[in-house]
Amino acid sequence: MADAVRSNLPPLALHVPEPKFRPGDTVDFADVEIPAAGAARRPDTAEEPRAYTDLVYTMVRVLDENNQAVGPWDPKLSPETLRRMLRHMATVRAFDERMFRAQRQGKTSFYMKSLGEEAVAVPQAYALDADDMCFPSYRQQGLLIARGCPLVDMMNQIYSNTGDKLQGKQLPIMYSEKRFGFFSISGNLTTQYPQAVGWAMASASKGDTRIAATWCGEGSTAEGDFHSALTFATVYRAPVIFNVVNNQWAISSFSGFAGAEATTFAARAVGYGIAGLRVDGNDALAVYAATQWAAERARTNQGPTLIEHFTYRAEGHSTSDDPSQYRSAGEPTAWPLGDPIRRLKDHLIAIGEWDEERQAAMDKEVADAVKAAQKEAEKNGILGHGLHQPLDTLFDGVFEEMPWHLREQRQQMIDEETESGRPWDRK
Amino acid sequence: MTDVIEEQQADATTRMNMIQAINSAMDVMMERDAGVVVMGEDVGYFGGVFRATAGLQAKYGKTRVFDTPITECGIIGVAVGMGAYGLRPVPEIQFADYIYPALDQLVSEAARLRYRSDGEFTAPITVRSPFGGGIFGGQTHSQSPEGIFTHVSGLKTVIPSTPYDAKGLLIAAIEDNDPTIFFEPKRIYNGPFNGHWDRPAANWSKHPGGEVPTGYYKIPLGKAAVVREGEAVTMLAYGTMVHVCAQVVEDFGVDAEIIDLRSLVPLDIETIEESVKKTGRCLIVHEATRTGGFGAELSALVQERCFYHLEAPVERVTGFDTPYPHSLEWAYFPGPVRIGMALKKILKD
Repeated sequence: MADAVRSNLPPLALHVPEPKFRPGDTVDFADVEIPAAGAARRPDTAEEPRAYTDLVYTMVRVLDENNQAVGPWDPKLSPETLRRMLRHMATVRAFDERMFRAQRQGKTSFYMKSLGEEAVAVPQAYALDADDMCFPSYRQQGLLIARGCPLVDMMNQIYSNTGDKLQGKQLPIMYSEKRFGFFSISGNLTTQYPQAVGWAMASASKGDTRIAATWCGEGSTAEGDFHSALTFATVYRAPVIFNVVNNQWAISSFSGFAGAEATTFAARAVGYGIAGLRVDGNDALAVYAATQWAAERARTNQGPTLIEHFTYRAEGHSTSDDPSQYRSAGEPTAWPLGDPIRRLKDHLIAIGEWDEERQAAMDKEVADAVKAAQKEAEKNGILGHGLHQPLDTLFDGVFEEMPWHLREQRQQMIDEETESGRPWDRK
Repeated sequence: MTDVIEEQQADATTRMNMIQAINSAMDVMMERDAGVVVMGEDVGYFGGVFRATAGLQAKYGKTRVFDTPITECGIIGVAVGMGAYGLRPVPEIQFADYIYPALDQLVSEAARLRYRSDGEFTAPITVRSPFGGGIFGGQTHSQSPEGIFTHVSGLKTVIPSTPYDAKGLLIAAIEDNDPTIFFEPKRIYNGPFNGHWDRPAANWSKHPGGEVPTGYYKIPLGKAAVVREGEAVTMLAYGTMVHVCAQVVEDFGVDAEIIDLRSLVPLDIETIEESVKKTGRCLIVHEATRTGGFGAELSALVQERCFYHLEAPVERVTGFDTPYPHSLEWAYFPGPVRIGMALKKILKD
């Protein structure tokens, strides 16, 4: 309580951020600053990180309102590459749609979509080399799909079935795909950030040529691991790309709770002496170009780059979340940067390399492929249809060799199961 | 000292204190395996605040032995990433009291990486950290947090009590493909402290455990050492407390069997069980606080496995359930008086 002696001072006030729109509110994103496509400069990658400071407060954008690729960041990809990219982004969306529905049908316990963020991961897989190591969060399924991971394998993991190579030990979507340079996903946020730095440092110390990339959401930048990763990366000039996917929402908390009211997430890079870029995350060409730029910096020993991907989480956080409880239903459609898939499609049409018929045919092909994969995966079982792995496999892999106490617990479990009439017998 | 297990012996030996033995273990392993890297606060040019890494950077270069920023979660997180790449990192946490910022990386990441990726990625890291009290370190330079780590599935926890063991166990830990917490009892870095703080301190020059092979050898993880055979009571200890127990037994003239656990996870249950079944009594001694400490696990295991052989309740002499005090250090430390009283009690009938 205010002391009488100090009562002439104005009382302090605590600021608690509040998002602009809550359920029922009319959405107007007019005050979201969207710099014009082509306006941001594209500097040489060999400059000191501080030379790029202006880029953390603007936005790298390539696709303009006429669906043309403009400005210095246009990566000038071939129409063929753009069509493949479009197909991969459409596949991610179709896959998400199908698996979300599978969860609603009780075929799996959990799923997380990346609706509206397909332009973040997919183009990045194109900009990186296939053997560069990715340390993703749980919303970069686009990396796996673009790198050619069989959809059936991903679904097997989601179903925890007999085809799941993680043997049902992990929550759905916590993939681990070493063969596709995709690090084991952890439920603990941002732990992958320093790990990516360590991997990159190891690569550098061995004189390797591979680089690392890592992703987290804007909400997760608040974790201490984010700070330690950036510190390590700048100290050792680690060949790593930090991606902050700013989709405006961390479950029910808007980006203000991660500090977005005061500055940009790309600007976090400045204080660490790391190069930073802020890109239109719904612009596949801009994301590709920024990633390529950052990769070039890393590969030429110029050190780490942080990229903020400015986008919007169009769906709930997960199948366990109902966004209508905390934000206006109008937000996804009002989002000024639009739909990343539609924008790439419109660009291809605008340059005469695509049309609505081919799009419709592609959408159908993609949907059919996902459906076929699902049918295939479900042959290996779905969640709830009995145990898909021998029950004692739950003890495997805690250590390289099983110590006595785990062997004893395993035996006890088997004995109890047998004595009680084998209720957990594999169906 | 009696070593009941088979160990690979190197030929030439020399006198070392525990710091030198630990330094030698890293030297040997860096020489043998180009993937071994040493990292931590002040470990590089300076050679560590306890000198454990002295000379290693000059010998192996800055890319293999390097100073880090002061961020424990960063140190362990980076080590996990290096391990995933294929290196074999040996990160140092300057004091065990400062390992807590790294808990998330140790518990959620290092310990579970093999399990959650079905072996696609592993964390073959060895986290070295000075631990334990008896040096007037106060609240944040004295703690014994081993019980936090023994509770985590996927981690191994190792604690040596002699220079000989420290080198052999550290080499085994570095070679092990599972993440290992290697706690070094800093009170006995320079000599085998016997608990009599008011008497002159001993050094390792006369102790058999101070004779250390100069080359490669290892002591398998999960094997305890019976440091004194006896019939009257089994004493389970590790680290500094092994030496304190030995002195108390001598002071009181008790025919106790003293077992140095050496590794807590995996635990050498056979040696424990065999001993307690022989003596019928079990006294557990550790510096760490009592409630939820590793002594509780030991007590439960002995109870389960040796119940019909027990002639007295299993006793524990531990640190009190308080933060580690500064000026009241010797009242807190489980020293000769407290262990002596417990021995008297357990041998009463």
